[in-house]
Amino acid sequence: MKTLSHVNDLAEHYDLVVIGAGPAGMAAATLAADKGAQVLLVDENPTFGGQIYRAVSSTPLKDRALLGADYWKGEAIGAAFSQSQADYFPGATVWQLSPELELGISSGGRTAVLHARRVIMATGALERPMPIKGWTLPGVMTAGAAQILLKTSGVAVSGKVVLAGCGPLLWLIAAQYLAAGKRFDAILDTTPRGNWRTAMKDLPGFLTSPYLAKGLKLMAKVRRQAKIISGVTALAAEGEGHLARVRYTAGGREVVIEADHLLLHQGVTPNINMASASNCELEWDDAQLAWKPKLDDWGNTTVPGIAISGDGAGIAGAEAAAERGRITALDALAGLGIISIAQRDEQAKPIRSELNRYDRGRVFLDRLYQPAQQFRVAGEDTIACRCEEVTGGQIRKAVTTLNIAGPNQLKSFLRCGMGPCQGRLCGLTVSETIAEARGSTPEAVGYYRLRAPVKPVTLAELASLKQSETEIRTVARG
Amino acid sequence: MVTADVIVVGGGLHGCSAALQLAKRGASVVLVEKDYIGRHASGANAGGVRQLGRVLAEIPLSVASMEMWHGIEDLVDDHCGFESHGQVKLAESEADLETCRARASALHTAGFEHEEVIDEKQLRELVPAAAPHVVGGMVSRADGAALPFRTVQAFRNKAERLGARIIEGVAVSDIRRDGRDFVAQLADGQTLSAPKLVNAAGAWAGRIAERFGEPVPLEAVAPMLMITERRAPFLKPVVGATSRTLSFKQFANGTVLIGGGYLGRAEPDTNRTILDYAKLGENARTVRDLFPVMHDARIIRCWAGIEARMADGIPVIGPSRTEDGLFHSFGYSLHGFQLGPICGSIIGELVTTGQTNLPISPFSIRRFAPSGRQSTGF
Repeated sequence: MKTLSHVNDLAEHYDLVVIGAGPAGMAAATLAADKGAQVLLVDENPTFGGQIYRAVSSTPLKDRALLGADYWKGEAIGAAFSQSQADYFPGATVWQLSPELELGISSGGRTAVLHARRVIMATGALERPMPIKGWTLPGVMTAGAAQILLKTSGVAVSGKVVLAGCGPLLWLIAAQYLAAGKRFDAILDTTPRGNWRTAMKDLPGFLTSPYLAKGLKLMAKVRRQAKIISGVTALAAEGEGHLARVRYTAGGREVVIEADHLLLHQGVTPNINMASASNCELEWDDAQLAWKPKLDDWGNTTVPGIAISGDGAGIAGAEAAAERGRITALDALAGLGIISIAQRDEQAKPIRSELNRYDRGRVFLDRLYQPAQQFRVAGEDTIACRCEEVTGGQIRKAVTTLNIAGPNQLKSFLRCGMGPCQGRLCGLTVSETIAEARGSTPEAVGYYRLRAPVKPVTLAELASLKQSETEIRTVARG
Repeated sequence: MVTADVIVVGGGLHGCSAALQLAKRGASVVLVEKDYIGRHASGANAGGVRQLGRVLAEIPLSVASMEMWHGIEDLVDDHCGFESHGQVKLAESEADLETCRARASALHTAGFEHEEVIDEKQLRELVPAAAPHVVGGMVSRADGAALPFRTVQAFRNKAERLGARIIEGVAVSDIRRDGRDFVAQLADGQTLSAPKLVNAAGAWAGRIAERFGEPVPLEAVAPMLMITERRAPFLKPVVGATSRTLSFKQFANGTVLIGGGYLGRAEPDTNRTILDYAKLGENARTVRDLFPVMHDARIIRCWAGIEARMADGIPVIGPSRTEDGLFHSFGYSLHGFQLGPICGSIIGELVTTGQTNLPISPFSIRRFAPSGRQSTGF
């Protein structure tokens, strides 16, 4: 690969631009470049790996047992990508992708616009917000953020630490922390007990999943080393200016424990921000309780030329992500005329059978770890939109007294979703809170209309864009 | 079948304002909107409440509307986020200042005094953050800005409280004259019927006019806007420029809205707008040149609404040329927000009494009639 460090190093046209250097993006870029396509992989982070393999080439944690064997699988994907002919632009932000496949890319305070014949978004997943009372207090963070600290700097949060929430990643992060010699004062499992009943019918599928043995091993390991309280039905962070206590209810009994850090996690959802801003149609996934892009069998969105792979296409995990990356790359290659449709189909066969293996039992996991309603909807005094500090109570009041039908209409009244994150973090919470207040569903209530820039861009960067032809003519005429 | 005195097609500010005024005059009104109230131009515009720089024909309407804006809470029971810190046009050169002086004297001749030329000292009092090269400008002190979607929603809710019926999320699939009444067939199977019809369908209004035999040169356009993160307060009035296109305003919450009538591409059939970043880059350069304080501001959102622009840049207001009982209010060509209150009132008067005291003849749809047939019809 050729590493770019300045927007001036970018070509004006690429056959394929891949956005995001996690497993899906690296696998897609590697395959397409190996077949001869001119490929650019753009990524926001200083090193490749995405979230799951974050800093796999640079982490200070050299003891392989610490982050687990699955983490080090990223090394091979990274090595293959390093040996490819692709252009790789780290530390760069794609702030817009138009339906005409024009991309705005910023780095180091400069921006450039370029064109692609095909685009693969591999922008991964975001942690589902967990809006509990007090979740904006310093000392409360997402478990994913704690994992970033561990992977990139080898740093673990200190003092009395409580981990709370549900989902397979909760157990992975717990295991990584414990392996690094850290301890938890408590792990509060919020998985609703009723979920076991609804998930059971999909258990047979899960019994053949490659994730089953790994998952059980992880959970057993964590159980040996930490105090786990299951069936947690209520949770709040308390303290004056900083987290001091965690209050929870389990089995009908309310308990207060001291804590310096509370790590929250209740699963991940597809990061649909760029897809939505590029006019790709979305659909509601009732099992994963999240929006995901509408895709065909090759990961193509409803916008011609734009495909999505990896967890951004619907949550399926890291290993499936790499395979889905290859599937989208094959279709891009066919679209570019580099391979034939027959070659595409032939080469996709072994990848698809591998994918099927990872998909087995996914529904079981989705149903088992569906977070409870009370942890998805913002309570009366709980902040839903963190940028503008709007509470669940304010949202419910506006919805019922002002005829508000959805999140886009709410903005003018509460500025909810109008802060720097533009609703990219609170979108699900706000849709679910409105849906609850209206006795409706998030699907009917809809989602924020997201727009470019997908990440903020400075006025100076925008001003550095090349002049339009009309403007050049105007200036020339004086 | 829903029967009423008036059907209003289009739930933007003009449709809602007309519905409000009609209901106030005792008419039974049903308003139908294909998306939701304020979804397009009315909810997505810059919110400028501006008399400054309008074409002469619009000034009497604009002045009357300004009166209504200053009492907006009495009209719709909501402040609509309206703030009046004036609108200022910057002059960057002696030539610009001369343009301003000529304009002020033309208005004076026509009997209007709301646009004042200001020197550099006065300008810097009003706009301390303006770039050093700015030499003066023009101000209209009663002008200001409001929150667009909040405003439309307030007009809608007041219309509803006065008895208007609002149908959202349902398109009109067919509309025709059946004897005495207009009959509108809705996409959900409902039928509406009324002897009067108001066409306030914005970028889609040309289709209704054409349906009744009076096609108009209407183009659906997508003026683009950008907004920044919150910044420390540095600006009160809304600012434009004399020889460049700019609309620039800081809200009380610190965010800065940047526009200038640069157009993206509108797709009225799919409700989508496609932005043109090269033009936004030009817009950003204007801001950088005129407000150095803005160079590190972070843009967090760019967007565009779908608006109707007439070939001659002024709206269509008044009775149909071809169909008795049909009234138009559309084509506000990127500057209709401020006119919302008064045009609703004009439509209210026209529909219920057949006349208005305000001079609306320049906005008649007859100006687009094929030549030689101008004297026929209404």
